[in-house]
Amino acid sequence: MNYQAEPLAIVIFVVFVLAVLFVSYWFAKKAKSSSGYYAAGGNIHWAVNGIAFAGDYLSAASFLGIAGMISLFGYDGFLYSIGFLAGWMVALFVVAEPLKRLGKYTFASAIDAKFKSRGVVLAAAIATLIVSLFYLIPQMVGAGSLITPLLGLPFEAGVVIVGAVVILIVATAGMASTTWVQFIKGGLLVLFSLILTGILLINGFSTKPGTDSVPFTQPQTIELESATPGNIVPADSGLSVIEEYSVNNMTFVKLEKDGYINYWKLESEEGVLAETQSIVNQPGQADLYNGAPKEDGRFYPVGHLSEIYGERDVETGAVGIGGFFEAIKEGTVIRWATQKIVDDDAVITVYYQVPTDGADILTPGEKYKIDPAKGATSASRIDFISLMLSLFLGTAALPHILIRYYTVPTPAYARKSTIVAVAAIGLFYILTLFLGLGAMTHGVIDLTNSNMAAPLLARAFGLGIFALICAIAFATILGTVSGLIVAASGAVAIDLIHRVMKINLSDHKMVLAGRITAVVVGIIAMALGIAFKHMNVGFLVGWAFTIAASANLPAIVMVLFWKRVTAKGVIASIMAGLFVSLIMIMLSPETFSQVYNLPASSAPLPISQPAIFSVPISFLVLIVVSLLTKKTEVSATQA
Amino acid sequence: MEHGQPKQWKTEKSEAYKTKLGIIMFAIFTPIYLSFILVSVLSPSFMAADVGKFNVAIVYGFGIIILAVALAVIYNYICSWKEKGDDVDETNQEGSSS
Repeated sequence: MNYQAEPLAIVIFVVFVLAVLFVSYWFAKKAKSSSGYYAAGGNIHWAVNGIAFAGDYLSAASFLGIAGMISLFGYDGFLYSIGFLAGWMVALFVVAEPLKRLGKYTFASAIDAKFKSRGVVLAAAIATLIVSLFYLIPQMVGAGSLITPLLGLPFEAGVVIVGAVVILIVATAGMASTTWVQFIKGGLLVLFSLILTGILLINGFSTKPGTDSVPFTQPQTIELESATPGNIVPADSGLSVIEEYSVNNMTFVKLEKDGYINYWKLESEEGVLAETQSIVNQPGQADLYNGAPKEDGRFYPVGHLSEIYGERDVETGAVGIGGFFEAIKEGTVIRWATQKIVDDDAVITVYYQVPTDGADILTPGEKYKIDPAKGATSASRIDFISLMLSLFLGTAALPHILIRYYTVPTPAYARKSTIVAVAAIGLFYILTLFLGLGAMTHGVIDLTNSNMAAPLLARAFGLGIFALICAIAFATILGTVSGLIVAASGAVAIDLIHRVMKINLSDHKMVLAGRITAVVVGIIAMALGIAFKHMNVGFLVGWAFTIAASANLPAIVMVLFWKRVTAKGVIASIMAGLFVSLIMIMLSPETFSQVYNLPASSAPLPISQPAIFSVPISFLVLIVVSLLTKKTEVSATQA
Repeated sequence: MEHGQPKQWKTEKSEAYKTKLGIIMFAIFTPIYLSFILVSVLSPSFMAADVGKFNVAIVYGFGIIILAVALAVIYNYICSWKEKGDDVDETNQEGSSS
């Protein structure tokens, strides 16, 4: 879609981001020693740490990705909310305190505490770097998505701005700043999600949901004289079909109406043509949006209820929580799906309407098909189970989540922090369902960007709240990215340089090494963010969880609970988990269609979520290798 | 030699108990989470069944989130209570780990 920069939005946004940077600078003094840089000196109040914890976790993915996915697929986006929160239970109940008792604060050194093995440190540091990178990609994609509607800048500008600001924060201040940054924006994120949900409930639903800031466009239909594919004739003799396309059992026609060439989808049952939205991409020419250049603004925001309680022209007025879900359940939602059409050298992306029963929106199965009656296959059902498994097991294995657990002085404080975090996150995740479904039904969805549903919903309610929400989301990304980069630079600076290469650096040089790493990791993340620009950030984060669950979790759990685990077992398990999950992701249908731009059916693997295979493999490798290497380990310690 | 040592938590007598409690809490929560996955896959129509103005999927999903928060609070409460025992009664070593 075409967006124009709004001065008020820019002012609010810039002021907010500068405030965040000021807070960072303010606490920079605390980062003089390396303990201050990596773990905030261990003197942050548990409640502050708890909200910061929540701030870490409620990344761009939670806010932008989940709401965006819910706005496209309904309940299936909410699966991520459920899984992300459930994952905290593994972290809190099983991993957190025993791991801390090993007495270290990067994942790698904690695992190594038991073995004192350079190989273990190396493997864990590689895992930390890769997981951090995979978690950074969606943050960068989120940043780019935000910048476009807010400042009217291209996607790439957003990625570069976030990268630069974060590198500045991390390289000058370190962890103390990020804890406070996370605290501020974690709190604001929950607060503004509550406000937005409140406005949604007060406004209720309408079959014509437009507002002054985002007017509603009703998709048109064209009556037909003949609806036979191959001979489609509009009733209005002034219109004539230029070309017909038959793809995937659907018929689209190209025709000119009101001076614009656009694409229409044949609805055989009703005997009409339904309006689609299209983007025509032809080499050597500017892209056409609904038959006109982007600047003409013919591409419009979509998503509405065509029927509520069986009525076509109706407003509900204010609804309660129950009424909110009931109106959708008893309504028909107009969702939009995508079809690519190739016409000579032009590639036409057609977005067509899919009237969907509201009851289906509120149950799992629109994205991850699970009902054989609705076209689910074994592969799609395995994908669903695998996704839920990786979300459950991934949290405890994320490097930047574990780090923050160690920034308070006692287990009781760490635990209280975690509970504050779980409560805030739980509330927020419940709100994501309202925000996503709200965006789905309020005519605000930008079909070209699945990550902007929540901020665009805010835009319908006013420019001020839109700018604030964008600023908070942007700060969310800043905070998450800096936390991750600290984790990644910790992995390199402490683990690789100090332990693997056995170079003893002074305290000062250690901090410097961390900062240099932060700059390098930041630049890599920016490049990858631009490469993955079209993907939903929630989905991308799901992959980061998969890799973390496959590479790190078996090692963590077994080191804590199995006495016979050996260093070689841990190394083999981390490498196996990393390798299997990465390869399976690279060969998955989702990667083929979204990243390589190839047909999903040409992917060598049928599933996109590898955790159900990669996690057990990693466990198995750990157990087998540990048992095989047990003797040599024992004799080595005796010798 | 250690760079950036985080705060050392003193070793406490309640450790074994807390580890066990964590496993118990995990054992309570995990089947409920797994059953959500299984019910979704095995009986999608059950997930769509009405529960007043809601349906089973929404109640189940919200329920898992609320249950998780509740379990976390209970876990913290019991752990804190045990840790207090560490400070007050130095000799109660056996009792706290059983």
